[in-house]
Amino acid sequence: MSLALRVEELAKHYVLKSETVRALRGVSFDVPEGDYVAIMGPSGSGKSTLLNLLGCLDQPTSGNFFLRDVSIAQLNDNQRSEVRAAHIGFVFQSYNLIPQLTVVENIEVPLYYQGNLAPDQRSYCKQLAEMVGLGDRLRHRPTQLSGGQQQRVAIARSLANNPYFILADEPTGNLDSATTHDILSLFESLNEQGKTIVIVTHEDEVASRVKRVIRLRDGEIDSDTRN
Amino acid sequence: MILKRFFQTLRLGVYSLLLHKLRSGLAVLGILIGITAVIWLVAMGEGVSYQAQQQIKDLGATNIIVRSVRPAQQGSSASSGLFLEYGLLREDFDLIVSNIRRATSDVLEQIVPLREIKKEARRHDLNLDVRVVGCTPEYLDLNHLTIDRGRFLTDSDNNPPENVAVLAAEAAKSLFPLENPINQTIQIDADFYRIVGVTEDRDPTAAIGGSLDSQDYNLDVYIPLATLRARIGDMIFTSRSGSREGEIVQLSQITIGLKDLTYVDAISEIVRKIVLEKHPNKDVKVIVPKELLRQAALLRMMFNVLLILIAGISLVVGGIGIMNIMLATVTERTREIGIRRALGAKRRNVIAQFLVESVVLTGIGGGLGVAFGFLCKPTINFARDLVMEISPETANTLPTTILELQPIIAPWSIIASLLISVGVGLIFGMYPAYRAANMDPIEALRHE
Repeated sequence: MSLALRVEELAKHYVLKSETVRALRGVSFDVPEGDYVAIMGPSGSGKSTLLNLLGCLDQPTSGNFFLRDVSIAQLNDNQRSEVRAAHIGFVFQSYNLIPQLTVVENIEVPLYYQGNLAPDQRSYCKQLAEMVGLGDRLRHRPTQLSGGQQQRVAIARSLANNPYFILADEPTGNLDSATTHDILSLFESLNEQGKTIVIVTHEDEVASRVKRVIRLRDGEIDSDTRN
Repeated sequence: MILKRFFQTLRLGVYSLLLHKLRSGLAVLGILIGITAVIWLVAMGEGVSYQAQQQIKDLGATNIIVRSVRPAQQGSSASSGLFLEYGLLREDFDLIVSNIRRATSDVLEQIVPLREIKKEARRHDLNLDVRVVGCTPEYLDLNHLTIDRGRFLTDSDNNPPENVAVLAAEAAKSLFPLENPINQTIQIDADFYRIVGVTEDRDPTAAIGGSLDSQDYNLDVYIPLATLRARIGDMIFTSRSGSREGEIVQLSQITIGLKDLTYVDAISEIVRKIVLEKHPNKDVKVIVPKELLRQAALLRMMFNVLLILIAGISLVVGGIGIMNIMLATVTERTREIGIRRALGAKRRNVIAQFLVESVVLTGIGGGLGVAFGFLCKPTINFARDLVMEISPETANTLPTTILELQPIIAPWSIIASLLISVGVGLIFGMYPAYRAANMDPIEALRHE
């Protein structure tokens, strides 16, 4: 099976007041296409740092990171933006929808930055909204939606650019347990359709429902287990 | 494709601005006032300079005017000498003619000497203070006068000198309120003159700078120059506050009309040289309308630059307002910037987004400013009428320049205003946009 992404000896050091903080000390793992991974660990374990690197928001100090076969560890800001626009689908803890846009316009945003506006993108984005169960809320603004609904919009948005993988940062952190259940079911059904999903979380409920759990501790991989 | 992207960005910008209507409106107001100021000031400046240029053009750009000026009162010497002798002489006229002919042949269209005197014209029991102008037939064309009835003076009136006169419209109306003046007579001093023609109304010219007094042509009586010399002579007495004063003036003015504008500079040099030689005491001055035109154009340009500088200050103030709003917007929308960056926006996408917003703000301000600019003329007319109505005394103390001012909206000022408003948006939006683009996406996403 081909790889969605591969991480090789990835390290990230921060320099704070002449003191070097080694947030990530050389992490290696593969994520095959169609995998469903949770990255866990206590705070300070390097979770957020790894998330930023996987999300192509930051540059590693050393090591390598491949998306499919392309190395993207040393790209500049502009090139990283292109990679984010084309190949990564983000889902955030606090939904991060743009308040002045409607549901369907929010879903369109990644397409806009991809550069190639297809003429049928509006209907494509409507389909995505219907897929996450919000076909009747297309013209609503984020403030008119519940937390669970907003997260569904965010998931639809992460699918818009047909990414290599979906990167979710504590996607259920702000949700009650019933909604958490719904959202995880949505992720599961997406994974069944072949989507690669990486969730960064500290919730055991999430961990219990994914295929594979990578635990970090002090910037290194503590364990890598398949459920 | 690019257009579609642009419209999408534009729509997004308008959306975001509408989220803060009052704030955006106030920012727009700053630009609006600045642009309106530019258009109004330029329109008024153009109006004023148009007035001046029209007056100078009335003198004729191809003309050179040589005029006698009464020297400043030297007090006792004038009264002791009884007669003050000054100004152009008949021999000056011949000298100027021969000098011009010698310098270049065939440049003279006409050269017209004239003598003017204030006199009282009488007819039966009516009398009127008029300006008696002794001139030659060319005077008519030279001053853009037109004949209403009868004819103007002819060469045969001058040689031998005939006692004929042409009346200006107002003079004719005052002296002959009921009947046709043609072939009637009027009396000036002891002599009678037969009326041969009447000229049409002509608007008086206003004074131009310090070089020429205003002229009201409507109370003129035109008689042949030779007749004036024979009947009235060079000497004039005027009674002023009890004491009598006398002047001896041979010619009041010589107007040199040239065939082409290009000769004006050279010929005016020649004339100036003669005048300087013969009249070192400055009792004759040379007025070149073409030079006045050039000066007026220069003055107008300087005036416009000044106005634009003043308006520019208000635009800078408006621009600072825009920058302030945009900085607030950028800070407020840090999270949005983070989201957009995470979803793949490049720095330049973020710059474009915020620049579009600031340009939309200033563009709307500029557009409205132009619209208000067009209100310049009606507003000024309304204000003037209001002043006239409320207090006519105040209105009468206003200079004619203001009373007659018709603002002219210059097309270039509209184009410039729109460009400037867009420019202000770009310049003052640049820093906030860069600030937005250079945020660290990770930090921006974390921003509450």
